[in-house]
Parts: sequence; structure tokens; C-alpha cells
Amino acid sequence: MKFLTEYRDPEMVVQYVKEIKAITTKPWTLMEICGGQTHSLVKNGILDMLPKFITMVHGPGCPVCVTSVSVIDEAIYLAEQPHVILCSFGDMLRVPGSKKSLLEAKAEGADIRILYSPLEAVQLAKTNPDKQVVFFAVGFETTAPANALSVVHAGSLGLSNYSILASHVLVPPAMEAILGDDENTIDAFLAAGHVCTIMGIDEYYPISEKYKCPIVVTGFEPVDLLQGILMAVQQLEKGEYKVENQYARSVQREGNKMAQDTIHKVFTISDRVWRGIGNIPQSGYEVNEEYKLFNARVKFNINIPLAEENKECISGAIMKGLKKPKECPNFGIKCKPEHPLGAPMVSSEGACAAYYHYASADEMVVE
Amino acid sequence: MCLAIPGKLIAITAQLDETFRTGKVSFGGIQKEVNLFMVPEAKIDDYLLVHVGVAISVVDEEEAKLTFKYLKDMGEVEELELPTN
Amino acid sequence: MMQKLLKMMNNESVLFNNLYYHNMLPKIKMNLSCPMPKFDFDVITMGHGSGGLLTHKFLQSGVFDILKNDLLDQQHDGASFELTGKTAFSTDSYVISPIFFPGGNIGDLAINGTVNDIAMCGAEAKYMSLGFIIEEGFTMKEFWEVLVSIKNAADKANVKIVTGDTKVVEKGKGDKIFINTSGIGTIHPKANIHHNNIEEGDVIIVSGNIANHGIAIMSIREGLDFETAIESDTANLNHTVLRLINTFGNDIKFLRDPTRGGVASVLNEIAELTQLSFYLEQSLIPLNDAVEGACEMLGLDPLYVANEGLFLAVVKKEIATSFLAQLRTDENGVNAAVIGEVTRTNPGKVIMKSRVGGKRIVTYLTGEQLPRIC
Repeated sequence: MKFLTEYRDPEMVVQYVKEIKAITTKPWTLMEICGGQTHSLVKNGILDMLPKFITMVHGPGCPVCVTSVSVIDEAIYLAEQPHVILCSFGDMLRVPGSKKSLLEAKAEGADIRILYSPLEAVQLAKTNPDKQVVFFAVGFETTAPANALSVVHAGSLGLSNYSILASHVLVPPAMEAILGDDENTIDAFLAAGHVCTIMGIDEYYPISEKYKCPIVVTGFEPVDLLQGILMAVQQLEKGEYKVENQYARSVQREGNKMAQDTIHKVFTISDRVWRGIGNIPQSGYEVNEEYKLFNARVKFNINIPLAEENKECISGAIMKGLKKPKECPNFGIKCKPEHPLGAPMVSSEGACAAYYHYASADEMVVE
Repeated sequence: MCLAIPGKLIAITAQLDETFRTGKVSFGGIQKEVNLFMVPEAKIDDYLLVHVGVAISVVDEEEAKLTFKYLKDMGEVEELELPTN
Repeated sequence: MMQKLLKMMNNESVLFNNLYYHNMLPKIKMNLSCPMPKFDFDVITMGHGSGGLLTHKFLQSGVFDILKNDLLDQQHDGASFELTGKTAFSTDSYVISPIFFPGGNIGDLAINGTVNDIAMCGAEAKYMSLGFIIEEGFTMKEFWEVLVSIKNAADKANVKIVTGDTKVVEKGKGDKIFINTSGIGTIHPKANIHHNNIEEGDVIIVSGNIANHGIAIMSIREGLDFETAIESDTANLNHTVLRLINTFGNDIKFLRDPTRGGVASVLNEIAELTQLSFYLEQSLIPLNDAVEGACEMLGLDPLYVANEGLFLAVVKKEIATSFLAQLRTDENGVNAAVIGEVTRTNPGKVIMKSRVGGKRIVTYLTGEQLPRIC
């Protein structure tokens, strides 16, 4: 597949690894923001190939992992209403709420459907005028324009039976929360390539400046990630800190204007509770006043008690890179993918799940 | 973040209203209808990055090649730096 | 069941004179391409499963005729036959939804699936049982289509359906149709298939492109609609497998068809059982372009996606090349490939070298793989 396969070229990967090894003289801790980047590092076995001096910490860039327990409960509440069809992305279904997950609610009879795109939910609303269709609008800035577009489109079709349950989270505030923490150990960031495709890279300059931290906007394929790591380590070795764009084939400095306009048409920035981290002010999107008829929270007057997170889950410390999954007393014992205590073990990109599969690779004898 | 993969725009299929320009995009061996609202500049044969059924950018083919030149350029730069020692 | 039916028929002989009954007798016209007989009912109801006249009519009007063979024709409660030597016996239930999909339907799976399970034991399924659990309201048109597929698949696999059962459940208590099939057959004298036979140095072979079936199913489920149809690879593998056993005998250590859970699940199972390690190379795993594109798009790992007309073989290193050569001449093996080998270095684990050279452990899947956005 063009623009995909070339970035998986094994020879190029070997060359990049060699170069990283050649220039690294001190231990450095890097965080890749995005869950998709974590997934790629793990599934391609790249973590193994990096020199021991480089530690990759998996960031909170997994909207699945950071969706709070309360929001899952809201989604389940909606799904259990008569005449409601709740539509969701697949990876949300296994995240535990305070009592159950969406998958369990589905097994109990709730009409929950997995869709690839929010635009398909609008189609569903059109063909089911007697039902209320709610789309569980989760994601980082990458997914926000598509979710916003679904609302605009539903509006232009005159649909009164479509709404979204918004749980969007924004990357820059999360990075600030991590870097601002006294116990922060991250030396450099690989910023999320597709988030920046939408939002551009201007938001990252002040962060890099304030915390004297290299930020490299990076793609997702092995060659992208290794180039991103190389660029970050080069800066660290030289004592530099600036924003660089590895993923220039998709990311322009100003981002995608149409996408940003669509987001601002429908959403307003709001506070957001991040699972395991807590409330980060101005770190999420909520449907604005103009489009309140498409805001499921307003439409269904949702008023369910705020749920508390599982106290045993240390996901906050893990997602900030302060602790490794192995340092959690429940890791691999009480908390496993098949019975997770928190979201980072549920999502395949969650730090704990990735570690669960990768950690056993520490015992892996090289063939 | 997020899963977005590149595909080739092979046809414009509809222009229903301002929010709805759609096209057929080919990803390796499969095709899918994709919303083109956010890439008004996209034309046939362009490669688009598609996330949840919506195109989010047009792949810049020139920039794409640069990733492969990067190491080579580095090598040249290092050679140039040697004489200062 | 049939004896009970006949008893009821005799007791209700008065009904033979019933005008309604005569009017209800379907007019059957059968030919090889099996057009649907004219039924006087469009949907299956509770009455058709009650064991009474409606059931009798339902079965006589199509089911028995289309599946005609000397054992089934006797219409006893059970079939009687002779079977000598070491025997393989297997059962499976088919509950797939949607029941019709690109490349086949639940009827194809019901026959091929059990035929293949028997083949994985080194045997040719000779006889099969066929049980239906039908949800009230299921249309005759759909039922007929499934039945024709069953007949065609059974003929192709050269297996006879010799006994069966039909039940109808209330609406909402089923999902259109569930099918159970069991199969029985004699094990080939040269076959010796068991995971205990696997040794270090053995070679792992897959018979064709992986993940076709699971992606075909996902492609028509709600919300995942691809223009280019990806077809299920459902097929009977018995002839293919038995020919290989005939040539290579007990140099074939192990066979399994990786259905639910995919290639990764089967390999993890045998890794755990044998405490050997199974080392794969991603670049060797055969994958159809369209399926690869679909997996990329949905964020699915093809190693965990279900297959139907596919099998994994673990064979002695010395015969691997000729095994592959013979398999590739078979219609079910044109894309067969060596994908790895058995080692001792990581007991109980499946290790894969990725396309880019890095290695990782391929673990068991937790639950069903779901499409992802990140």
C-alpha cells in the first residue's frame, strides 16, 4: 500500500536504529503521545530494537483509556433507554464503567452498534425515524472534526433524532499536566501526528519553550517513529529544545483549516475529567449552545451520579509516565486484559495492556 | 493520534450539499466511500489520509520522499563536519 | 422422531380425508439445480416443529428429497451403518450472523466446518447428522437457500447426511437459524496426527491466504460496508488433506483449521500444550491485498481473524518442500506457504519477527477483536 509500506522498509529501519545507537550517549526518557504510536512500536517489535539508553514511556494518547468512568456510565444509561440506538467505535465497548461495560450492556439487550464512522450514525438516524440515535463521540482532536461534521450534516438534513455524547480530549493540556508535574521524568515528546494534521503545530511552541522540552511531531509507521526518535535524541544530545515536524507529508504548520472551522462551529472548549488523572481544565470539547439539540446530555437531561474510579487502579501515575505498569501491585494478578481494573489494561494501546504483552518479551530469548 | 491510513482518490461520487462532497478511495485492494469535506483541494489520483470515514489531509508526495533522504542527508552533513576536527 | 411421526399419522388417519390437508399438499418438482418447491407457506411456524403433520409435510416436501440417500430415506430415528477401523468423530454448532455472506452461507459452514474438523483428525467424513433449530418466522425462501447450499457442500465433500432433527423455537428465542452437524469417518491408516508428535525443527505451513472469512463477515455487518466484496474462504478440505496424508503419512505431525480466534489462537494453544516455541516470520504470511487493506483500515490484526477453508500443518522439516509443492497444485492450497518453525527457545510462546525486523510475542486474544480508532 502506497505511503504505508515504504515506511515499513526493514533496511531503512535497521539504518535508523544504527544511527540512534551511534548518537546516544546518555539515558533519555521519551514519551510517545498517541496510542496508535504505542501500538505500532509494540506490534513491530521496535521497543526491543532501541538501545537500552532510550526508554519509551507510553503517553495518555488513547481516548479509550482516558474516558472517565462517569462518561461510560452516561453512555450505558442512554443505551438502556427504550427507543435509543447507541452507536460507538469498537474500542470503547470493553472499557469498564462503574458497574459494567458497554459490551456487557449489549449482552443484556441494550441496542448498541459498532460503527466505523459517525456519518454512518447519521444514516441510521435517517432510516430509523422512530428511534433516537446517539453517537458516542470519543477521541482526540483527530476525531473531533468528523464527529462535528456528523452534527452539521444531521442539522442540514433536518433530523431531530440524532445527537452525540461528546467526550473529546485535547493533547496540549495533557502534555502540560504531565510536564507540570513535580515528578515528571519525560525528556522529550513525540507528538501525535494525526492530531497535528488537524490542529497544526503552533500550540506546541509555547510548551516546548516553557518546559525546555523537545517536541517532534511524528507519524505512526516504524520509519516515522524511528526518525522521530532520532530527531528528538539529536536535540537532547545537543541540549536543544524546539518543535520539529517529522510527519510533514501530512502535517502542515497551520493544520487543516476546514477541520478546525468545523470543530469550532459545533464544539466549545470545556473542562474534562481524564480517567486516572482527574480534571484538567479546558482540556475537552463539549457541544456548544447553538447545537444543543444535538447534545445528548441536554436532550436526554442526563443526571446520573458521578462515579468514582477504582481506587486500586494507578492509571494516572502510569499515563503520566511516573510509574511503570510492572510497578503496580495488581498488574498481571488482579488486573489483566480479561478482567481489567482500569482502562489502560482494556485498550490494546493502553500502557498496561501493551506492557502486559510486551513485558513477557523481556523473558523472550532471542531466536 | 488515531488510525488514519492513506488511500488513493479514484472518483468523486457526490456533492449533495456543503458538508457533503464524497469520493471513492482505494486502500490497497479495497474501496470505500469517504467524505471529502475537509479536503476541498483534493483531486483524482491524490492520496488522502482517511480517519473514521473522513479524509483529514492530502499526502504531500514531495515531503513523503524526504523521510528517505533524511539519513542520506545526515551522512553528507557529518562528512562535511569532519574537516573541523 | 420419524417413528413417532408415523404413529401420529396413523392415529390421525381421519385427516387424510380432510380437504384442508389435501389442499396443503405441496407440489414438488425437483431437478439438479434445485429450484424451490411450491410451498403453501412462506414462513416457518411453531407448528412445523411440533412433530405433527406440519413437520411431516415440511420435511417431506423438500428436506428429505433434496438430501436423498439410502440411509436417510429409511427415515428411522437413527441411521445404522458399518464402520471399521480407527474412527474420528466430531460435532460443531453454527450460529453465525449474518447467515448469508459473500462467498457462502451458514449451510456451507455447517457442512464444511465439520468435514474439516474430521479431516484435521486425518479422516474423511463419511456420514453426518444435521440438526436445525429454526426461529419462528424464518422464511421458506431463506431456508431453502440454506438447504441447497448444504446439499451442494455435502455432495462436493462426498459425505452423506444420514440423520437429522428439526426444532422450531419462538420468535426472539433464536437468531433465524442455528445448525448443528456431527461427522464420523475412518482415519487414514497412514495418519498420525497429535500435538505430542511435534518436535523442534518441524516446519509450520499455512494452506492459503489468512483472514478472508472473518473480514468477509465483518464487511457486511452494520457499518462496515466495502465496495469490493471480500469473500469467505469456506471450503471442504478433506480431499486435499487426505491426499497429503496419503503421500506423507506420519511426517505430518499436526493439523488444525484456524477458525474463531485465527492462526494466533491455534498456535498459542499448541505452544501451551507442547511447551515448545512457535516462531513465525510476518513477511512470509500470505494475505490477500483487499483483506490487508481492510485490516489496516479497521486496525485489526489478521492473525486473530477467523478462517474457514484454511488449515495449519506442522510437518517434518525434510518433507516441507515437497509437501508445499503438492499442496500448491490443489485448488485449496494455491497460496500455501511456510510461515515459521518450531524451536525450543521460548517454551509455550508464539514469537513473531515483524516485517521490519523487530520481534514480539503473539499472545492469546482477550475476547473478540473489535475495530479500533486509535
